[in-house]
Amino acid sequence: MQRRSFLKVTGLGLTSMSVPLSATAQESLSLPLAVEAKRALADVALDAAKAAGATYADARIGRYLNQYLFTRESRIQNIVNTESSGIGIRVIAKGTWGFAATSKLDADSVAATARQAVALAVANSRVQSRPVQLAPVKGAGEVTWGTPIKRNAFDIPIKEKAELLLEANAAALAGGASFISSSLFQVNEQKYFASTDGTYADQDIHRIWAPFTATAVDKSTGRFRSRQAIGVPMGMGFEYLEPDPAERIDGVTPRYRYAYDLIEDARQAGRQAKEKLTAKSVEPGSYDLVLDPTHLMLTIHESVGHPLELDRVLGYEANYAGTSFATLDKWRQGDFRYGSDKVNLVADKKQENSLGRVAFDDEGVAAREWDLVRDGILVNYQATRDQVHMLDQDQSHGCSYADSWSSVQFQRMPNVSLEPGKAPLTPDEMIKDVEKGIYIVGRGSYSIDQQRYNMQFGGQLFYEIVDGKITGMLEDVTYQSTSTEFWNACVASCDASDYRLGGTFFDGKGEPSQVSAVSHGCATTRFNDIKVINSARKI
Amino acid sequence: MTMMDSKQAKSLMDKVLGFSKAEECEVNLTGSVTGNVRYALNTVTTSGVTEDVTMVVQSAYGKKSGVATINQFDDKSLERAVRTSEELARLSPESEEYMPRLSQQEYLEGKGFVDATAKITAEYRAQAAADSIIPSRKAELTAAGFINDNASFAAMANSKGLFAYYPSTGIDFSTTIRTADGTGSGWASRDFNDVRLLNTADASKVAMDKAVRSAEAKAIEPGKYTVILEPAASVTLINNMAGSMGRRLADEGRSFLSKEGGETKIGEKLFDERVTVYSDPQNADNPYSPWSGDGQAHAKRTWIKDGVVQQLPCSRYWAEQKDYEAIANPGGWIMVGGSESTDELIKGVRRGILVTRTWYIRSVDPQTQLYTGLTRDGTFFVENGEIQYPVKNLRFNESPVIMLNNIEKLGKPVRINGNMVPPMVVRDFTFTSLSDAV
Repeated sequence: MQRRSFLKVTGLGLTSMSVPLSATAQESLSLPLAVEAKRALADVALDAAKAAGATYADARIGRYLNQYLFTRESRIQNIVNTESSGIGIRVIAKGTWGFAATSKLDADSVAATARQAVALAVANSRVQSRPVQLAPVKGAGEVTWGTPIKRNAFDIPIKEKAELLLEANAAALAGGASFISSSLFQVNEQKYFASTDGTYADQDIHRIWAPFTATAVDKSTGRFRSRQAIGVPMGMGFEYLEPDPAERIDGVTPRYRYAYDLIEDARQAGRQAKEKLTAKSVEPGSYDLVLDPTHLMLTIHESVGHPLELDRVLGYEANYAGTSFATLDKWRQGDFRYGSDKVNLVADKKQENSLGRVAFDDEGVAAREWDLVRDGILVNYQATRDQVHMLDQDQSHGCSYADSWSSVQFQRMPNVSLEPGKAPLTPDEMIKDVEKGIYIVGRGSYSIDQQRYNMQFGGQLFYEIVDGKITGMLEDVTYQSTSTEFWNACVASCDASDYRLGGTFFDGKGEPSQVSAVSHGCATTRFNDIKVINSARKI
Repeated sequence: MTMMDSKQAKSLMDKVLGFSKAEECEVNLTGSVTGNVRYALNTVTTSGVTEDVTMVVQSAYGKKSGVATINQFDDKSLERAVRTSEELARLSPESEEYMPRLSQQEYLEGKGFVDATAKITAEYRAQAAADSIIPSRKAELTAAGFINDNASFAAMANSKGLFAYYPSTGIDFSTTIRTADGTGSGWASRDFNDVRLLNTADASKVAMDKAVRSAEAKAIEPGKYTVILEPAASVTLINNMAGSMGRRLADEGRSFLSKEGGETKIGEKLFDERVTVYSDPQNADNPYSPWSGDGQAHAKRTWIKDGVVQQLPCSRYWAEQKDYEAIANPGGWIMVGGSESTDELIKGVRRGILVTRTWYIRSVDPQTQLYTGLTRDGTFFVENGEIQYPVKNLRFNESPVIMLNNIEKLGKPVRINGNMVPPMVVRDFTFTSLSDAV
């Protein structure tokens, strides 16, 4: 929605009338709503909710912008700008949550929506057995924050972005791929939060991701193999897609810290997809796994991030995502060994360049960092304002998030990362110490049960390690373990010079299902004696 | 104005097309009122109602196209969406795969809208949740669940004169009910266009029964077993396979339907001869939109007949390149079965495992359609036609192609997740490890 029409429908403020009406495709994506208008509209919502009987209310006025580019081989398939704006109002009335949302941003519609949220809360209160209990939050007043990007991806000409993808595609085809699809996802969440606690937080969040899949086909055998990008989604601007040799780590394939060389990775992918067609099929058995951060990030996500979501632990996600093996009694005993003493896992909503970085979460709690697992022992969870009292804690962890103005906010995973090893150690030095192992790069197939015990992971690139040396590429590799067996098999992590972020752009949870984006950092890490199975089949 | 009728939608889209200066312009408009109640630990946790209308505008100059979406509908916002899509189109390189917009097509009548569903109230949702929660509480079980209803419309119009409109309603219910000690878990789900078919109390009884019966599950050795797959246990596997059945992928050699030498397996028998899969937008139990997102007409089509692949969805671009018929992806599919219920199928099994549902299914190898996942919320050992005891959940690594070759018996199809799937008895289903998850 354009700011001028926003002002018109709300009847608020005249300070911004000079904003040009004929916004271009670029400008329309970077033009935020006026903060004064958002504050006034939020107050309409909060006042209406309170007048209708709410004991607490928050309002989120969101403008969610995305630009997506899709290509394959030498062709652009689609270029899409999306824009969605509206308000979501959440209330507590009679001790029960209620939520309603509307895209109609005039005062009357907003007030009616607030009353509807209260009516829903009242309707549901009759089957409510435990009143909602919120941890206290001190109102922060009017605050603003934005992802500290260097180059706003939305400001980069479409042509430049399209050419980057097409150049990457050409590199993959030249490298040996038969096909390649590549995309560029750019996300900008302009979100304004206000609550009856007195916080008015205006935030401008940016994320970027450039995934691809290169496929090599051998028509004579009917065999095909793919290799996906090992670049990751980041909470950064377009600067992430500008190569910087200082951010590159060489090895079996180049890997990247905070600047990604998409074209070089695509070139490697073409070559490697072709190499996979004739790679040796893995012998099933027990192996020591050396896991690159581009792979381990997903294992962290599934076997640490999700099991330590307090809503899962308590049973609130029982009908969809499931519950968790990491139950409160294990945490309360104080010595539950989640992993070996090498394992330190931290949650951090402030981590630089991460997907989950904010200043305030979607219920007005300031971002913070805290331990989840320290020296292998489970020490804490991830919680929101209405949950932390169940941990006998009085400060929310700031884990509330909604993927749209139209979605109700709930507990979502913060960035969860494995601390690097303290002793100097490079991936090459780690591999030299492995007698029988597999070095895995990139995320592949992943599956884990509803309590996060039994897990199975694949990858993009697999290299056999024999007596400290990489001897060649493997295929059909997938490993199975349980979360605690896996983390207790952790024997070493490389040092901070190898630490990199990975992430997931569309992590699904909740009903109705919502997505969120979250990062996971780690260095290359070794896990001993993990069961590897061979996934080759004949049909 | 969230639920626009055909006239209102056309009027708005005609206005948008009037703003267009491009060589071609197409507008897709969708609107919905959705309501939901979510409960867990025997109490309502969240509930909400959301109204939204979204418009997608695609403009094109020759083979250069751009898309913009918007959910605000004042004239200035509408015009800006058109201008944005035009600017994106002008800035875009040419897309070889861009196809000219379709002119008016003949569409079947839509069958997906039920007025009673569009009139669901907050009180109805609260009662539907209570009908699941209160019996669970009384039985000292713990219920979690989700009820989600919607009244929606989709419309499209373009500068070639095409106009299409489809209103629909739907309600989805699922519940997971667990024993208080967490050793047992049961599940049930229902989805309908017509809310009058939904009885959350009856569905919850199924989940309650499974929760109680699944407590204190025994471990068995992983391996190959005969399984009785309830529809929820096989639907995702079949759905994933169906989603990989594109004509272009098969031609390009990167599909399980590709053959060595560059040919495809269309016309070949790939499955047991009892496997027949079709789609029908006017099916009374499982209707869907009679037109696709790009304006192609959906018709009743048979995709697999007697185990033989008959035809594959094919984009307009690929159809033109190869001189094929363009065939849109269907909105839901129906696998033909027999007449017996799951309970009746169990009676015919000498030794096997009953699987209520499967979970977290992910592709392991697209070449063979190998998927992994786990059983969940009610896995039982069956012997001599009767459920003997609950077993621990199991991870499988299996291909639906193999699964649909190993059919012993098919039961009566039921609607699940927008498809119709029969319960089935399948031999040699591959379980690779045990899970402690309940």
